[in-house]
Amino acid sequence: MSDLMKVSSNPHIRSKVTTSNIMLAVVIALLPAAGFGIYNFGLDALILILITVAACVLTEFVYEKAMHKKVTIGDFSAVVTGLLLALNLPSSAPWWIGVVGGIFAILVVKMLFGGLGQNFMNPALGARCFLLISYTSIMCNFDCDAYTGATPLASLKAGESVNILDMVLGKTGGTIGETSMIAIVIGACFLILLGVIDLKISGSYIISFIIFLILFGGHGFDPAFIAAHLAGGGLMLGAFFMATDYVTRPVTKKGQYLYGVILGLLTGIFRIFGPSAEGVSYAIILGNLLVPLIEKVTMPRAFGKGGERA
Amino acid sequence: MAKLTFAGGIHPDDGKDLSKDKPIREVLPQGDLVYPLSQHIGAPAQPIVKKGDRVLTGQKIAEAGGFVSAPIYATVSGTVKAIEPRRVVTGDNVMSIVIENDELYEEIDWPEVPPFEELTREDKIQMIREAGIVGMGGAGFPTAVKLSPKEPEKIEYVIVNCAECEPYLTSDYRKMLEEPERLIGGLKVALSLFENARGILAVEDNKPDCIAKLKRLTRDENKITVKALKTKYPQGSERQLIYATTGRAIHSAMLPADAGCVVNNVDTVIAIYNAVMEGRPLMYRIVTVTGDAIVNPQNFKVRIGTNYHELIDEAGGFIEPPVKIVSGGPMMGFGIFDLDVPTTKTSSALLCMTRDQVSAMEPTACINCGKCVEVCPGRVVPRKLADYAEHYDEEAFVKNNGMECCECGCCSYVCPAKRPLTQVIKSMRKMQLAKKKK
Repeated sequence: MSDLMKVSSNPHIRSKVTTSNIMLAVVIALLPAAGFGIYNFGLDALILILITVAACVLTEFVYEKAMHKKVTIGDFSAVVTGLLLALNLPSSAPWWIGVVGGIFAILVVKMLFGGLGQNFMNPALGARCFLLISYTSIMCNFDCDAYTGATPLASLKAGESVNILDMVLGKTGGTIGETSMIAIVIGACFLILLGVIDLKISGSYIISFIIFLILFGGHGFDPAFIAAHLAGGGLMLGAFFMATDYVTRPVTKKGQYLYGVILGLLTGIFRIFGPSAEGVSYAIILGNLLVPLIEKVTMPRAFGKGGERA
Repeated sequence: MAKLTFAGGIHPDDGKDLSKDKPIREVLPQGDLVYPLSQHIGAPAQPIVKKGDRVLTGQKIAEAGGFVSAPIYATVSGTVKAIEPRRVVTGDNVMSIVIENDELYEEIDWPEVPPFEELTREDKIQMIREAGIVGMGGAGFPTAVKLSPKEPEKIEYVIVNCAECEPYLTSDYRKMLEEPERLIGGLKVALSLFENARGILAVEDNKPDCIAKLKRLTRDENKITVKALKTKYPQGSERQLIYATTGRAIHSAMLPADAGCVVNNVDTVIAIYNAVMEGRPLMYRIVTVTGDAIVNPQNFKVRIGTNYHELIDEAGGFIEPPVKIVSGGPMMGFGIFDLDVPTTKTSSALLCMTRDQVSAMEPTACINCGKCVEVCPGRVVPRKLADYAEHYDEEAFVKNNGMECCECGCCSYVCPAKRPLTQVIKSMRKMQLAKKKK
């Protein structure tokens, strides 16, 4: 018998799921969307994705080295941030946009607030909004070799007709990763099957958004209009990959439904009544800010104190 | 019909294959036997023997120290060697009676047991109290107290906890297979105490052989039903078990009796049978000795007081040196640093592992994934409670139902960041409970 035994408090077994497993699963789930973006927009997209991811990982590494902290890039969370941010950039953006965005996301939004788990705002979205405000013309320039002119959502807002099949497949202009509804949903299904995300937030988000469209969209119950809104812009990417970001969504069950509904309403308001065709990024960022409040009002009732369910 | 269960919980690898097919085998102790005076909840027992006394198997050596307490019996014959503090599984030193085993196993003259029909309710409870029976599932609450609620006529269910939801444990399983008649007999004794009660044998559905056997044996018992529960940890947690079988939910400050229930574990119910029908005190318990470090995992019938070393030797010793030894199951057991501790009334297993999953994975930052919230059977938010506990925010901890935690360990098990949530919450609960007592 060894002289020294390990002693610890119960439980003495642990599940195999780790933070890096989860982050890696998210990276894999984003690959269909990224792959389609590269297919759709060409080499520019690939290069921008690589630069942005590298910028994020490097920023985290350098910051932690400089601060004499434990280097945590092995948990893949910076890769997820970089990938998400890149998928939210137009392929026509110059390389330094990825660098500036990556540094802002990791340094300002994540590390300065205490690193993984402490940021109150999704780093990728925070950086995207920062870039949108700072470099509006670059961020809104969706002209590239394959597509010119307005994105389908902008056309829709202008009252023009759009090709819904193209939008579902993703053969339209837009940011690198947002165009293909199919690719995004494939990735989302993968995460749902693995149990990494569930439909509480994504489902309530999408459903409340649809209801908002029916009530205030000006088209009544028009399936084509609704489908175009669902497939267009960043809704799918936002609903499945950014609204579900663990760190910045409520942890309580009821809170997650409420959060989804709030996101749906905000997205609807921004898209229908706002000046821009887009609204997902700002909706989620605003939603992030409401999370502490949402959690406070949705703390569950303990077992035996009412509200039982088998 | 939907399976009987509760919300939350986890499905760890159960490890029961190691020992589930090993019939119960009795271990005869060779060395000294140690009887801690506190092996139950409540006042410590008071020794009634002194150093140098010769005692016989079955002789009472310590008297209950109060209403909530239990007497202790010698399980071998021999001489009282000392009454001194000895280490127990929790690492504490507890005043204990040490008996030098003469290996004769000479028994007392067992008293005549009056016929069951002539016993009154009080007689039976007195016999159970005198036999030193406590909850043998792990809590060690004196069974006679449990069986004496204020309004016995309001008890509607006597539930036998046959869930055995802890991974690796197979002692209850073996008992159900090998002594089902005693189990059912014990339940009938308990039912005779409560005129309006029905009996429930609640078994997890990973033990279909037990369910079939118990169903067959209770076919003609119109007051007893066998209920199959979904296999899930912590199905055998008292409050979750009551909910799964009756649909009644109680919070931590309520007693099972408030939901019209009395819950006892398999070994305890068999001990009730032995006490009331055969006049035997609690002297044995079944201990599963298992884990990947053990040569021959087994289920032993152990005389209380037997040193853990002897159990390991009986199981063939170690294949390789274990890194961690747990007294009890892996979810709620105690990690021990020394095998030189005695088997007590609440020792259910000895789990010896060659790998420690806890120290192998360092805690990292919480990513707020919410898995702890999903699995928590107490429906609290472990992530937040641990936060409050770490910052010693007592007010927020209590306000957010920190005291409702049952310390089952699901949150720590499931945490991808490997945070010791249960440990932190448990420490805070202990401090709060200690404060309340003052």
